Amino acid sequence: MSATKTLSTAWRILSQLRHDHRTLALIIFIPSILLTIFRFVFQNQQPVFQAIAPQFLGIFPLIIMFIVTSVAMLRERRTGTLDRLMTMPISKADLVLGYMLAFSLLALTQVALACVVLLGFLDVPVAGSTLQVVLAALIAAMLGTALGLFVSAFASSEFQAVQFMPAFVLPQLLLCGLFAARADMARPLQWLANVLPMTYSVDAMKQVTLHTGWTSEFLQDVAIVSVYVIGVLVLGALTIRRQEA
Amino acid sequence: MAAVISIKNLTVVKDGKDILRDISLQLTPGRIIGLLGPSGAGKTTLIRTIAGRQKITSGSVEVLDQPAGAAALRKDIGYMTQGVAIYPDLTVAENLRYFAVMTDAPKGRIGEVLAEVHLQSKAKQLVSTLSGGEQSRLSLASALLNKAPFLALDEPTVGVDPVLRQQLWELFGELARAGTTLLISSHVMDEAERCDELLLIRNGQLLAQDTPAELRRRTGSKTVEESFLKLVGQS
Repeated sequence: MSATKTLSTAWRILSQLRHDHRTLALIIFIPSILLTIFRFVFQNQQPVFQAIAPQFLGIFPLIIMFIVTSVAMLRERRTGTLDRLMTMPISKADLVLGYMLAFSLLALTQVALACVVLLGFLDVPVAGSTLQVVLAALIAAMLGTALGLFVSAFASSEFQAVQFMPAFVLPQLLLCGLFAARADMARPLQWLANVLPMTYSVDAMKQVTLHTGWTSEFLQDVAIVSVYVIGVLVLGALTIRRQEA
Repeated sequence: MAAVISIKNLTVVKDGKDILRDISLQLTPGRIIGLLGPSGAGKTTLIRTIAGRQKITSGSVEVLDQPAGAAALRKDIGYMTQGVAIYPDLTVAENLRYFAVMTDAPKGRIGEVLAEVHLQSKAKQLVSTLSGGEQSRLSLASALLNKAPFLALDEPTVGVDPVLRQQLWELFGELARAGTTLLISSHVMDEAERCDELLLIRNGQLLAQDTPAELRRRTGSKTVEESFLKLVGQS
């Protein structure tokens, strides 16, 4: 592993996006725009909006980074650049961590803007600190990146990669506790919700919204999502083969 | 002199199909070796195997006295894949800067390889706006960065116009005289005459390994293309 190669890989990925202004703008602005629209969906029900809006910061970054990363990594696999990189003196960790770093920086920009919009302009009060909101949103984005890297191994076209979003991410959205409390779901769905990582990124946001300070529930949620990030990232690295059969 | 590449009874099976069958050969250093054969013959698989990217089913492949794919070989191989394996959404210079870091090549090499493939004037251009031939030359340039003693080039002259193709073959000649071994696949038979040695493959089998002159003499042909057709007819 080499820090120079990891950083160069992150820089290369960010440079690719820099030349693609539209994608960059979509990534950075969409969550903020959606949150603003959402505010007016609940025009006369501000307390409802204020209670659930922060939870979307545990969801939007995850979904967007999942899609962007899965397509970016699929291109790497299919256009021959991965073939070339795997014959070069680099480690797979350089590549995977480079992706993680690039998309985390991008997510940080996205999340920072969304926080300004949500906590500032839309005046949503949270009991916890802004730092906690940013941290929870950032690890949600990292989870999206890790999942995207992993599933790209199972897509053979960009059509398929994009379809993995409804397949892998939407079920988590349905079960994460946003639409119905987990305790009210059918028992098997509760079990499923308990092992799906988005449940914990959404719960972390709930904790920040309701409680002041770094509660043990918040720390536990963050820790669980972090473990998923590392685990899925390792699985993703395993799908990258030096030699193909 | 010790062989750069030593292949013994190489068989590669992919999805139940024999792509390469019982290939044995040795390549000596400082030469241009042309790998010829119809499409689907197994040229790309052979190059991928030598570059360490393709798993071997049976037999052995040694590159510079190490098994193909060995970690220590990664600094000694320049591999140009079939199809342009470069980033279309980066500029020419950004592509080369990235691959230079990945191959531990000094920064100074970027200007040198740009000159070698005649792309200096395009350094700041986005790759997606280049012509097919220019993209293919950039892909070649990326494989030259680390001055590897062994170059595996899969169809490096595809889409390149005749004048530039001439210049690229002069570059290959210079590299070979400096001691580099080049394995170059092509399905353009007139390029075969420029090689020091030829490997003819068909249906995953090695039909012949010889110099162009010897091949023509042995088959009583005027051109390599004619020799190839005669050998195919015999087999």
